[in-house]
Amino acid sequence: MGRRRGGTIIETLIINALLVLMALAVLVLARTRNLFAVVVLSGVYSFLMATLLVALDAVDVAMTEAAVGAGVSTVLLLGALHLCKSEEARPAHRPWLPLALSGATGLLLIYGALDLPDFADPAAPIHRHVAPRYLQNEVDVPNVVTAVLASFRGYDTLGETTVVFTAGAGIVALLRRRRHKGGGDAQ
Amino acid sequence: MRNDLVLRVVGKLLIPFILLFAIYVQFHGDFGPGGGFQAGVIFAAGIVFYALIFGLENARKVVPDALVEAMLAAGVLLYAGVGVAGLLLGGNFLDYFVLDADPIHGQHRGIFWVEAGVAVTVCGVMLKIFYMFAARGDGATGLGE
Repeated sequence: MGRRRGGTIIETLIINALLVLMALAVLVLARTRNLFAVVVLSGVYSFLMATLLVALDAVDVAMTEAAVGAGVSTVLLLGALHLCKSEEARPAHRPWLPLALSGATGLLLIYGALDLPDFADPAAPIHRHVAPRYLQNEVDVPNVVTAVLASFRGYDTLGETTVVFTAGAGIVALLRRRRHKGGGDAQ
Repeated sequence: MRNDLVLRVVGKLLIPFILLFAIYVQFHGDFGPGGGFQAGVIFAAGIVFYALIFGLENARKVVPDALVEAMLAAGVLLYAGVGVAGLLLGGNFLDYFVLDADPIHGQHRGIFWVEAGVAVTVCGVMLKIFYMFAARGDGATGLGE
């Protein structure tokens, strides 16, 4: 931790700059009607998120975000865009009610977050429960994240893998049936 | 994009390294950032990149549909199989300590196979979703036009 003391201010600056950029990306995303621009912007958002996670020392999550959020899902969205019009239709109603709802939810979340312990506070409850035992590293794997995911929380990861499998199987079931019903072609 | 010379050349140069990086992420997950999930996604991204440049048909020749569909289930089965192996060797479900005479080595062995299972399923699912979406575009040619 001694290494980090000097860099704290710069780190906070970088993190805040990234957060501002992400907020900007979201604003532009909400305003844009061209779906191609929307897909590219959501890729930009994911890369900003990945950079932020690197700044927060969560490299494993950052890697996943960059690969899934910015990489594969951008390609999948482009593939979906290939099947529909590239311009979003004008909404029939003014979005005031949904806007008020999401604003209220956001405020509630911020209010709830005020009670959370400080970021990286070693005295926080979450760091005093099972984390010390994980860090004793009885499985002798240098990357604690891997040890927790694959060994200590093996059941959770088995569940996650099953969820991914179910998602894939669901997609297969949905898209295949359509093809059979529509005769030869995929529509 | 099939006829774009720059893309084809850069793709041919880059794809082996993307796949190699995925394997590195898989096997180095114990020591550095990464693991099965990330490796599976990166490997699938490499194949998707290939499909975008050289067309879905060619990608299907490299990684056939049957293989992708088998990968969907094989990963989960491999993962659950490690758990059952623990049961058979006298431990609990997903107990890696019993997988080898040396408990630490047993842990390493369990984590290795579990991560392999995750990678196989994730890679299969990503590829399957991409194949299905791409095939719906215009016949079988996919996105690479």
